Amino acid sequence: MSDSAPIELPEGLWSQPAVDTSAVDSITDVESVQLITTPAKFVYDYTPGVARTRFLRAIEQKRLVGQRCPETQKVYIPPAGVSPVSGLPTLEEVELGLDGTVVSYCIVNLDFTGNAQEIPYVSALILVDGSDIPIYGLVREIAPEDVHFGLRLKSVWVEPEEMTTSFENIKWWAPNGEPDVPKSELADYV
Amino acid sequence: MAERVAVVGIGQTKYTATRGDVSLPGLLREAAFRALEDAHMTFDDIDCVVVGKAPDFFEGVMVPEYSLVSALGAVGKPIFRVHTAGSVSGSTAIVASQLVEGGIHGTVLTIGWEMQSCSEAMWALSVTMPFQQQLVAGAGGYFAPYIRQYIARSGAPDDTGILVALKDRQNALLNPYAHLHEHDITYESVRDSIMLWDPIRYSETCPSSDGAFAMVMTNEAGGDAAAAEGRQPAWIHATAMRSEPALAAGRDQVSPQAGKDCAASVFKQAGITNPRKEIDVAEVYVPFSWYEPMWLENLGFAEEGTGWQLTHDGVTARDGDLPFNPSGGVLSSNPIGASGMIRFGEAALQVRGMAGDRQIDGARKALGHAYGGAAQFYSMWVVGSDKP
Repeated sequence: MSDSAPIELPEGLWSQPAVDTSAVDSITDVESVQLITTPAKFVYDYTPGVARTRFLRAIEQKRLVGQRCPETQKVYIPPAGVSPVSGLPTLEEVELGLDGTVVSYCIVNLDFTGNAQEIPYVSALILVDGSDIPIYGLVREIAPEDVHFGLRLKSVWVEPEEMTTSFENIKWWAPNGEPDVPKSELADYV
Repeated sequence: MAERVAVVGIGQTKYTATRGDVSLPGLLREAAFRALEDAHMTFDDIDCVVVGKAPDFFEGVMVPEYSLVSALGAVGKPIFRVHTAGSVSGSTAIVASQLVEGGIHGTVLTIGWEMQSCSEAMWALSVTMPFQQQLVAGAGGYFAPYIRQYIARSGAPDDTGILVALKDRQNALLNPYAHLHEHDITYESVRDSIMLWDPIRYSETCPSSDGAFAMVMTNEAGGDAAAAEGRQPAWIHATAMRSEPALAAGRDQVSPQAGKDCAASVFKQAGITNPRKEIDVAEVYVPFSWYEPMWLENLGFAEEGTGWQLTHDGVTARDGDLPFNPSGGVLSSNPIGASGMIRFGEAALQVRGMAGDRQIDGARKALGHAYGGAAQFYSMWVVGSDKP
């Protein structure tokens, strides 16, 4: 496998010591193992903090909320409670829409979701109405080649009895039939 | 007055999908010993070891700097660990150089590595967290929408990425350490490879590699001593790091400000006013082909929207006036935690005149570049054959 070229050693210089492998070489009746797979699992409690708690409580009720930076006036989703630009707390909560706009996207031809997705599928950067930073989301109910910058989308949610405090309440995004948003209005969001 | 810093030893392993015959410490020792041999030194000559790794869960080996102490000859010596995502081993080289520059240590060994065969980076980048949106498409899925945006903004021809991939993979044929040696690669074979994350094709994507890269840096006296014995050092002319928040509204992810600032700083410190003219060769972190034209612009080698023209005109080819990635680049070898240091070290090999078949004739000043995370971490250095 490795065809590393031999190195010319400078004269008189101590280098890699010889290793006595005779004890290993004498073992001939066992199968050589180079790789083992060890499934591992982490279970942890997550304490989301005030801003994300409010976001997750809202998403359980089929609402999307962001928070506004007091200096730049930009609205963040999901809110972290602090503006990464000004460093100030984002204390003003903003009720966002449940629709959004494609600001960019890619068409995926390889399944990264463990057979959960038919390929090809579209992963898009979506600007949720009322927010100022796009989030990634799956786009369905449209042929991948018909997705484009400015396409208007609605969020498609799991059944009410399946709603939890998770982003996964949104199953995917789909065209909402509204006219495209002009590219010029999206220039600041990529 | 800060110390001048010289790179006097460079060692790397052959990059491959599954190394298989060595442990993680063994892999690192291979690179470290080669760097020490190149420097005509042993571990006894090393005052401090600087390792780079990010993130731990790529390999599942937590705080590896602890368990690697004896393997890297660092027992009883300071060992220092750096952590800046994909740019990590570029940042690591800079931290090592600063320990010498500041006069804290005379001679430092630095190393970056990855054993992707023992890890699952795609999994590590796709951990499900209830408070985060799902990135449903791995690392390429993160960057592909920004590449699509670059194409839309610049009007670059669709095949720019194909040309970059073809060039880098052909360059790799001259580099015995490169992971991918695709002797039969053609424009058509790249074009016809599967579109993984449209607009990124399979052949325009970096591989998953095992490998390690190590460097020995020393002070001016050490560099002079090596030069006196006819062993050309690479003198560090300038280093720079910048970062910016990943999730900032209004952030330009096609040409991030931190990258522009980092480039401006490193060139200014190196006294370079016209990088296109004064840089002889560049090793730049291009994990997906389209990042060549994007970084050409971000680094200031081309006006905004025109980077792709340099690729099409052959400027970045081996025989162009600004060769990009004569080693084959990240597109041909990607041990993630070493990929930044490989860029820095290959730049150093070029100005030392020790790059073998991939040597660019007359290379006397070179740029090494790395980026990481959500394109928010940058590290760069300029090295030269002459003292700064």
